[in-house]
Amino acid sequence: MATSSPTRDAHASPPRGSQRRPADTRRQTWRSRLWRFDDKASPYAYIAPFFLVFGAFGLYPLLYTGWIALHRVEMTGMDRMEWVGWANFDRILHDSEFWTAVTNTFLIGVISVVPQLLVALGLAHLLNYRLRASTFWRTVVLTPYATSVASAALVFALVFRADGGLLNWVLHFAGLGDTNWANGQWTSKIAIAVIVIWRWTGYNALIYLAAMQAVPSDLYEAAALDGASRWQQFRKVTIPSLRPTILFTIVISTIGSLQLFGEPLLLEGGTLGATGGNENQYETLSVYLYNYGWNLGHLGPAAAVAWAMLALLLIIAAVNWLVGRFVRPSAA
Amino acid sequence: MRITRTAAGRSRRVAVLATTGLTASALLLSGCSSDDSDESSDANGKITLTVADFGQFGYKEAGLFAKYHELHPNITVKEDTTADEKVYYPKLLQQLNSGSGLADVQGLEVGRIKELVDTKADQFADLSEVVDADEFVSWKEKQATTADGKVIGAGTDIGPMSLCYNTELFEKAGLPTDREKVAARISGGWEDYLELGEEFRKKAPAGTYFMDSASAMYNAVVSSHAKQYYDENGKAIYKDSPSVRQGWNLAAEAADKKLTQGLAQFSDPWNAALRKGTMATVVCPAWMAGQISVNAGAANKGKWDITTAPGATAANWGGSFLGVPKTGKHVDEAAKLVKWLTAPEQQAAVFKAIGSFPSNKGAYELPAVKKATLPYFNDAPIGRIYADEAESIPETILGPKDAAIKDTISTQINNMEQRGTEPDDAWEAAVKSIDKVIG
Repeated sequence: MATSSPTRDAHASPPRGSQRRPADTRRQTWRSRLWRFDDKASPYAYIAPFFLVFGAFGLYPLLYTGWIALHRVEMTGMDRMEWVGWANFDRILHDSEFWTAVTNTFLIGVISVVPQLLVALGLAHLLNYRLRASTFWRTVVLTPYATSVASAALVFALVFRADGGLLNWVLHFAGLGDTNWANGQWTSKIAIAVIVIWRWTGYNALIYLAAMQAVPSDLYEAAALDGASRWQQFRKVTIPSLRPTILFTIVISTIGSLQLFGEPLLLEGGTLGATGGNENQYETLSVYLYNYGWNLGHLGPAAAVAWAMLALLLIIAAVNWLVGRFVRPSAA
Repeated sequence: MRITRTAAGRSRRVAVLATTGLTASALLLSGCSSDDSDESSDANGKITLTVADFGQFGYKEAGLFAKYHELHPNITVKEDTTADEKVYYPKLLQQLNSGSGLADVQGLEVGRIKELVDTKADQFADLSEVVDADEFVSWKEKQATTADGKVIGAGTDIGPMSLCYNTELFEKAGLPTDREKVAARISGGWEDYLELGEEFRKKAPAGTYFMDSASAMYNAVVSSHAKQYYDENGKAIYKDSPSVRQGWNLAAEAADKKLTQGLAQFSDPWNAALRKGTMATVVCPAWMAGQISVNAGAANKGKWDITTAPGATAANWGGSFLGVPKTGKHVDEAAKLVKWLTAPEQQAAVFKAIGSFPSNKGAYELPAVKKATLPYFNDAPIGRIYADEAESIPETILGPKDAAIKDTISTQINNMEQRGTEPDDAWEAAVKSIDKVIG
């Protein structure tokens, strides 16, 4: 930031004259005070927008949610709050549906994030070659990311429909088909993972591509001179150079998968969507929260779920950080 | 990460401008939101009334809003419809909580009316002076009345129960198709109905089922009792409620004997099954006829018929109210609109347009209702079937979470049908979920 911050002297002292009358001097002191005030205060004014927005839409809801989590609050009477202490947390932690949701969230997270990042890496590698119309391909790869969750989920809901769904129709040519995708424990999770993978692979590929283009080409030249094959170059040069980026995408995707909401809600929609399927087979934590707060109308436990999710995220971040430290090559 | 850093330098000024702009507009937005409804009236005294409802209230189909505008040229009515009541209701609660965003008239579903009467009555205008409760079926307005006599909603439709059946499938399975004969076969009640189902199954064409969903039958059974999920003191008694027990056992039996296709009603597969004609019977509250004719489509016209429900069960399923939130700018005009919409002539018009049965008794005497037949259903005399039934429907004890409890049990019945879940396991899961619902 050293380059952009203005030097203090630039306007700290107002222009001086040699002879001044007393009134003039008074005005001068007033002006210099104003200058100094400007100097001290304006940086705060510059950063204020962020903190105002963050305070109003980030910090305040966060704290207020925590406050609600300690109360009994019903959707039907939000003005009546009754202190219950940790009872809401107790309630969700003893609810088997909560743990189903935790498991589902992680399973769907794993089967969506892992293939997603691997495919993204491969795609980025391909896009990094000299290609004709490379901008076109990069745009194509990013298109799914530009669709809204709702429209993607609704279209995929048609694909995965048990009765007359596109996928079952294609599968029946192979003698398969008649899979009730949303009904099965695994098939429903796979269906949701597919929506996530479809939407986010391109985004991650572009991030990888950007990082790949920043890898100095002399590294590749040197490797080529040493007789490294393309694959060896990819493994020994590209991947190590991408390590911080990969870690970044893992963190972002993990956060994203913990917040997974629109896809499970809309896969079947209606009452089933709000409970994550007949037997909660694809209920994620966000859906559980939504159902508890908005369908059942109990906002206390719903707020407790929100904080439980925050705790989970922090644990994951800590694990990520530890792993990152462990994996990082010792500074040479 | 080199790339991002250079980009950041260039666009810093843009970013600063953008954030400032955003903050400013956010502040402006929040400042403005309190007086955004000014457009609803202009200098000439012309006003716009908004009606927020869900599903199908039928006013547009019956052309009633246009007609009201003709009668009152200074009033335009706009309708804002949410397809799914389960989406509509949480939104309504949020709007009531914040006191903003409410329409001039709001639709209220019978499964929610008790909760609203208990917790939100003070936010609705009292309609006791506007509508005459005696005009309606005896129990209808009581449901929307608070302990101290305040009426928060005027009754729109009710859902008296009948049985819709597919005559083509009945014929193929060697069952009678005449509505009187079918009624005679199931006159003993729901056990008869299941027996008929077994007979159907013996000769039924492959891929067809006797009923669409056991949870619909369950709901019909429960709806025919006064005591359902709550007792008079507002205590949840669903665990020991005889009506719930009876409905549940029948549903379990139907699932066990594979008499049901196990489709969640109003879902896409259910719509598709109606189109394909794979279901022989559908428990039919009055408004269901509209659902069947729309989804089964013109190709199946004349293949369906309507007869009295098993055991001539008198039951009410569904039906709604119109309430007027106090926050509206035109509470009096809105109340007048509600009175007009729930008057006999208008309810009869809605009945004619989409088949929702009037709750206003005055409508039963109108030829449009009394002599009504449904061409789609072999000219079934629905007006007579439902009007006969309407007055013998028991006055049910409603509870605040009726709708959510019903949904939870339906899900578990669906699990018995679709996944072969054991009835005991399903019941246990239902109890656990319902305890969470009641919270």
